[in-house]
Amino acid sequence: MNEAGTVVETAETRGGNASTGTLKAWRLPAPVLLLLPAFVVLAAVVVVPLLLSLYSSFTPFRLTRPDSIWTFIGFRNYERLFTDWEFWVAFGRTVLLLTVALNLEMVLGLGLALLVEKATRGQRILRTIMMFPMMFSPVLVGFQFKFMFNDNVGLINNALQALGLTDRAIPWLIDGTLAFIAILTAEVWSSTAVFAIFILAGLMAMPREPVEAARVDGCTPWQTFRYVTWPYLMPFAFIAMTIRSLDIARAYDIVKIMTDGGPAKRTEILWTLIARTGYSDARMGLANAMAYVAILLSIVFTALFFRQLAKARAQVAAEW
Amino acid sequence: MATVSLHSLVKRYGNIPVVHGIDLEVADREFIALVGPSGCGKSTTLRMIAGLEDISGGEIRIGGNLVNDLPPRSRNISMVFQSYALYPHMTVAENMGFSLKIAGKPQTEIAARVAEAAKTLDLEALLHRRPSQLSGGQRQRVAMGRAIVRNPEVFLFDEPLSNLDAKLRTQMRIEIKKLHAKVNSTVIYVTHDQVEAMTLADRIVIMRDGHIEQVGTPEDVFRRPATRFVAGFIGSPPMNLQEATVEDGKLVFAGGATLPLPRQFHDKVEAGRKVVFGLRPDDLYPTGHGIHSGEQAEVHEVEKAVTLTEPLGNETLVFTEFAGHEWISRMLNPKLLKPGEKVKLSFDLSQAHLFDAGTGMSLRA
Repeated sequence: MNEAGTVVETAETRGGNASTGTLKAWRLPAPVLLLLPAFVVLAAVVVVPLLLSLYSSFTPFRLTRPDSIWTFIGFRNYERLFTDWEFWVAFGRTVLLLTVALNLEMVLGLGLALLVEKATRGQRILRTIMMFPMMFSPVLVGFQFKFMFNDNVGLINNALQALGLTDRAIPWLIDGTLAFIAILTAEVWSSTAVFAIFILAGLMAMPREPVEAARVDGCTPWQTFRYVTWPYLMPFAFIAMTIRSLDIARAYDIVKIMTDGGPAKRTEILWTLIARTGYSDARMGLANAMAYVAILLSIVFTALFFRQLAKARAQVAAEW
Repeated sequence: MATVSLHSLVKRYGNIPVVHGIDLEVADREFIALVGPSGCGKSTTLRMIAGLEDISGGEIRIGGNLVNDLPPRSRNISMVFQSYALYPHMTVAENMGFSLKIAGKPQTEIAARVAEAAKTLDLEALLHRRPSQLSGGQRQRVAMGRAIVRNPEVFLFDEPLSNLDAKLRTQMRIEIKKLHAKVNSTVIYVTHDQVEAMTLADRIVIMRDGHIEQVGTPEDVFRRPATRFVAGFIGSPPMNLQEATVEDGKLVFAGGATLPLPRQFHDKVEAGRKVVFGLRPDDLYPTGHGIHSGEQAEVHEVEKAVTLTEPLGNETLVFTEFAGHEWISRMLNPKLLKPGEKVKLSFDLSQAHLFDAGTGMSLRA
C-alpha cells in the first residue's frame, strides 16, 4: 500500500516536472524489447560458450580438475602449441588433405556434371543417383571404407588379389601414406557430389548462345570450355569450394572411425588431435587453444574462396 | 567472299521434319533475308548453314565446298545472335579479338583489326568496358564488330534487332545496310520483321512451315507475290484477301457482292473457278486520295460506310465493310472521316491479285 502510494506519487511528481511519458522512461524501447529474445538466445548458445572456451584456452583447465579453470596462465597454452611438433604435423596433414581432396573433388565433380548435363534422357534420375553418397552419415561412410580397406577381409585387397595385381595383403589402414589415401578416398567418394551439383546448376543456368558464338568464332570443344564455359562455372565451383573447405577443415568423423588418427598418430588431423587432447587427455584448456588456431585455418580458406568468388561473379554476374 | 548453296536441305527432329528439302542459291556478296512467321524453319536453316545444327538430308556448299560435316569453326562464317551472345567476362576489345586470338594471330594484328572494326562501328570509346556496362544497341554493335573482325566469307544474322526498341531498331537497320556496303560480303539475315527484310535485302526468301514460298527481290515479293501466303505476309497493313467465284467477267463474293474481273485475268481464269481476290490497301482508296494517277488505273468505284479510321498523320487507314469482311484502305492527303460516313472507294483493279483458292498459287503467270 505504502509502496504503491510512493510510486504513484513519484510518477505524479515527475509528470508534473517533465511533462508526459515518464512511465515509459524506465521501459525498454520497443525495438530493443522485440530483439531481446533473439539476443538472449544467441548469447546463451553462441556468445557465452564462445567466450568461455576462449577464456579456458588461457587456463590449464583439465576436466578431471574442475577448479583448474580459475588459474589464469596467459598465453602459455599458445606458446606451447607453437613449438609442438605433433600439432603442426596434424595441422599440415589437415591442409594437405584439404588441398588434395578439394582439387580431386573439383575435377571429378566437374567431370560428373559435364557428363550428366550431356545426358538427354534420365537426367533427373542420374542427378538423384549422383547425390546418393551425400545421403549417408559420414560415420557410416567411415565404417564402410574401413571395411573395404581392411587388409584381411577388405574388398579392395580381395579384388586386387583376385585380379592378380598383388599377392600380398596391402596394409591400407596401417601404413601412414596408404591410410591417408584411404581416408582421402572416403572423403572424395562422399562429397564429390557437392561439386557436381553446384557445377551442374551452373551449367544448366548458363545461356547457350555464348557457347555457340564460341564455336562459330573458331573454338575447338576444349577452347570453348576453357574460355567460355569455365568462366561461367567458376562462381559455382567457388561456392562448392568454400563449403567443402569448411567441411574438411573440421573433418573428424570419417578419420575417427577409419583410423582414429593412428596407428601411432600417422593419420592424426587437427580435430582428432583436439578431441583426443580435450577428452582422452582431459586437457581442455590446451584443446581449446588448438581449436582457436584451427578456426583461423577455416577463416583463411573461407576468406580466400570468397574473394575468388566475388571476382568470378563480378565478371559474369551482370549477365544473369 | 563466297556463294552459299542449299540443295534439298532437310532437318528433322526425331521423326518430325521442320525443314522440307529446300533449295537456295545465294550469290557472292548478296544480301539475302529469310523471313517468315515463327516456327517456319528460318532460324533452323540459318543454324544449319552455321553448323550449329546437324543436317538431316541434302547438302550445303559454301564457296563451292561441301560443308555438311564441317564444324562451325571450319566454315569461315561469322554469326550475330539475337541475344548478342557476348562473352560477359571479356571486355569489348577481348570479345572482338577473341576469334583472332583463337586463330593464333599476333597481338599487334589483333589490336589493329579490332581498332579498325571499332572505328567502323563507333565503338572506340567502349573498348575497355564489359558487356554488362553497355546498352542493348551498343552490345549489338559489339556483336557485329566481333563478326566483322574475322573477315569471314559469309555473315549470318539471326534476328539481330529483335531485342532492341523500335527507334534503335530503325537506326541499327541503317547501320547494317551501311556495314554491308562497306564490307561487301555475303549476308544471310533471318528476321520475322518484313520491314527489315524489305529494306535490307537484295533478295527475300519467304518461308512457311519448312518450305520456301517465294524467293525474289523486295519489289518482286511485294508487287508479284507468288502465293496467297506471301501476299498476306508482305506489306503493312496486310493485303485485303477474300474468297470469290469467277462468273462471266465478274467476281462474286459470298453474300452476293461483286467486282468486275480485273482485265489482266480475263483470259487466265475460267467461269466457276474458286479464287482468292487480293488488293493492297494502297490500291483501295477513297476516290481522289490514292497513289496511282488515273490514266493507268482500272478503277471501280463503290460507295461504302466507314466503320473505323486510324489517322497516322500523313495518311489515314480507313476500314470499311465489303462482302461481309473488313477491308483496309489507305487514304493519302487525309481528310476527316467519321465512322458511319459514306465514302466513295476506288478499287484499282489493275493492281489486283488472284490466287487459286485451293493451292494458294498466284494466277497471274
